[in-house]
Amino acid sequence: MKKPIYLDYSATTPVDPRVADKMCQYLTLDGEFGNPASRSHAFGWHAEEAVEEARANVAALIGADPKEIVWTSGATESDNLAIKGVAGFYGKKGRHIVTCKTEHKAVLDSCRQLEREGFEVTYLDPEPNGLLDLNKLKAAMRPDTILVSVMHVNNEIGVIQDLAAIGKITRERGVLFHSDAAQSTGKVPIDVNAMNVDLMSLSAHKTYGPKGVGVLYVRRKPRVRIEAQMHGGGHERGMRSGTLATHQCVGMGEAYRLAKQEMAAEIERIRGLRNRLLASLKGIPEVYVNGDLEHRVAHNLNMSFNFVEGESLIMALKDIAVSSGSACTSASLEPSYVLRALGRNDELAHSSIRFTIGRFTTQEEIDYAAGLVKEKVVKLRELSPLWEMHQEGIDLSKVQWAAH
Amino acid sequence: MAYSDKVLDHYENPRNVGVLDKSDPKVGTGMVGAPACGDVMKLQIKVNEQGIIEDAKFKTYGCGSAIASSSLLTEWVKGKSIEEAGKIKNTQIAEELALPPVKIHCSVLAEDAIKAAIADYQTKTATKDSKADAA
Repeated sequence: MKKPIYLDYSATTPVDPRVADKMCQYLTLDGEFGNPASRSHAFGWHAEEAVEEARANVAALIGADPKEIVWTSGATESDNLAIKGVAGFYGKKGRHIVTCKTEHKAVLDSCRQLEREGFEVTYLDPEPNGLLDLNKLKAAMRPDTILVSVMHVNNEIGVIQDLAAIGKITRERGVLFHSDAAQSTGKVPIDVNAMNVDLMSLSAHKTYGPKGVGVLYVRRKPRVRIEAQMHGGGHERGMRSGTLATHQCVGMGEAYRLAKQEMAAEIERIRGLRNRLLASLKGIPEVYVNGDLEHRVAHNLNMSFNFVEGESLIMALKDIAVSSGSACTSASLEPSYVLRALGRNDELAHSSIRFTIGRFTTQEEIDYAAGLVKEKVVKLRELSPLWEMHQEGIDLSKVQWAAH
Repeated sequence: MAYSDKVLDHYENPRNVGVLDKSDPKVGTGMVGAPACGDVMKLQIKVNEQGIIEDAKFKTYGCGSAIASSSLLTEWVKGKSIEEAGKIKNTQIAEELALPPVKIHCSVLAEDAIKAAIADYQTKTATKDSKADAA
C-alpha cells in the first residue's frame, strides 16, 4: 500500500492510463498533431475526426446531440460562458437570475460579476440536508427571471439535486436552466432531455480525463443562445473561439466513453467502500454526516468530528490526502460556506473532513484510513478544551466566548 | 501549507498538555478564542509564594499553529515570574515558530491566554487578601 493514500477524488482524479495512452497519439510528428480547424490537408482532417469522435462520446454520456457540445478549458469557463453568455444575450428580456448558496464559486462569482453590471441575483438557501426546496425555487422566480442555475452534485457534500424536477419548473415558465455537472459525470446518470436542462457545464479531470478541458452543453431544440465571451476566429459555432486542443478533447472523449461503459459497476464497488468507511467512522462519538445520505453520490463522505478542528485533523492525517470543509489553510480563515449554508454551527463547520473515493481506491486503503482517523480524533480530543467541557456536561452554545 | 519544523515538533509532541485544579487559589486559568473563529486556547499556570510560575498546562482546539503556539508558551512561562511572563509578546512566539502571516493570530491568541491566566490568578489572590483583611 503506497502512502499517502489519495482520498480526494472530488478535487481531481488521476488520468486513466487508457486515456493517457490515447492522448499521446495526438501530440507528436508520429501522431495526429494537426490543427482540427485546418481544412486544406489530411493533418487537419484527421485531427478534426478525432475531435468529432470525442465530441460524440461526451454527448453520449449526457444524452445530447454532438452539435450541442462546445469545448472549453474546463467547468469554470463553462460556468462563466453559460451565465454571462445568457445574461449578455437575454439581458434585454429580463435581468434576474436564481441560484443557490452552495453552488461552486465559478457560478457564484459569475453571478456577483453580473450584479456589478446591474443584474439581480437571488441566492437560495438549501435545506439542512443540502437539497433545494422546490417551492422556494418557484417562489423566487419572477416574470423577469431569465436563468436558473443549480448544480447537479455538490462538490463538498455530494448531494444530488433533482434536476428533472427543477427542469420541469423552468421549462413550464420559459426560463433557461443551467446546471454545473462537473461532479456528476460517471457518478450519476444524466439525460439532458429528460431533465430539461438547457445548459450544462462539464469537466474532464473529475472523471479520469485530463485537466484543462471541459464542455458547455448548449441546447439546440428549443434553441438556446449565448453571447460569446472569447472572440477570435468563431470556432465552436461562434460560441468559443480558439484552436481546439486535440489531445485534450480526445482525452475527455475517451474518459467519458469509459465512464459510460463502466459506471454502473464502478458506482456499486465505490458505494461498498464508502459505506465501509462510514460504518467504521460512525463508531466514534460525536460525529455527524454532512448532507443527505440518501440523495448522494456513492463516492462522497463528508463528516464533522465535533470538538476537533479540521485543519489540525488534516495535519494529523498526513498519510491520507483528504480535504477540509474549513478553508483555514487559505488566507480566509472562514469555515466552509457550504456547511454554513446548511445551518451547521461553527464548531461543526470547522471540524469537517471530505473523503472522496474513486476508481483506484482499494479496501485495504479504506481500512487504513478509518483506523488512522479514529486514532487521531482521540489524540486531538485529548488536546481539546471543548471536548473537556463537553465531557463535563457544559453546553458550548451557552458559553460567552471572548471572540477575537 | 508547509509548516516549520518547530511547529511540527510542538504539534506532534505537545508539551504540558493537561489540566490544573482551577479551584486551587494558586492556579490562574485563561481561556481565550471562540469555536466560531476556529480556535480556543485554555492556559493554566500555578504560581508559588515567590510569584514564580512553577507549572503550566494547556489545551487547545485549533490548527497546528495554534497548538504549537500554546505548547511553546507553556515551556517559556515555566520558571518565570508572573511579571516576566506577562511581558511575552506574540511577535516572539511568531518568530520562534516561523509562523506565516495568516497564522499570526495564533500567536496573538497565545499572548492573550497568558495575560488572561495571570489576570485570573491576580483576581483570585486579591479576593483572598481582601477576605483575609476583613477577617
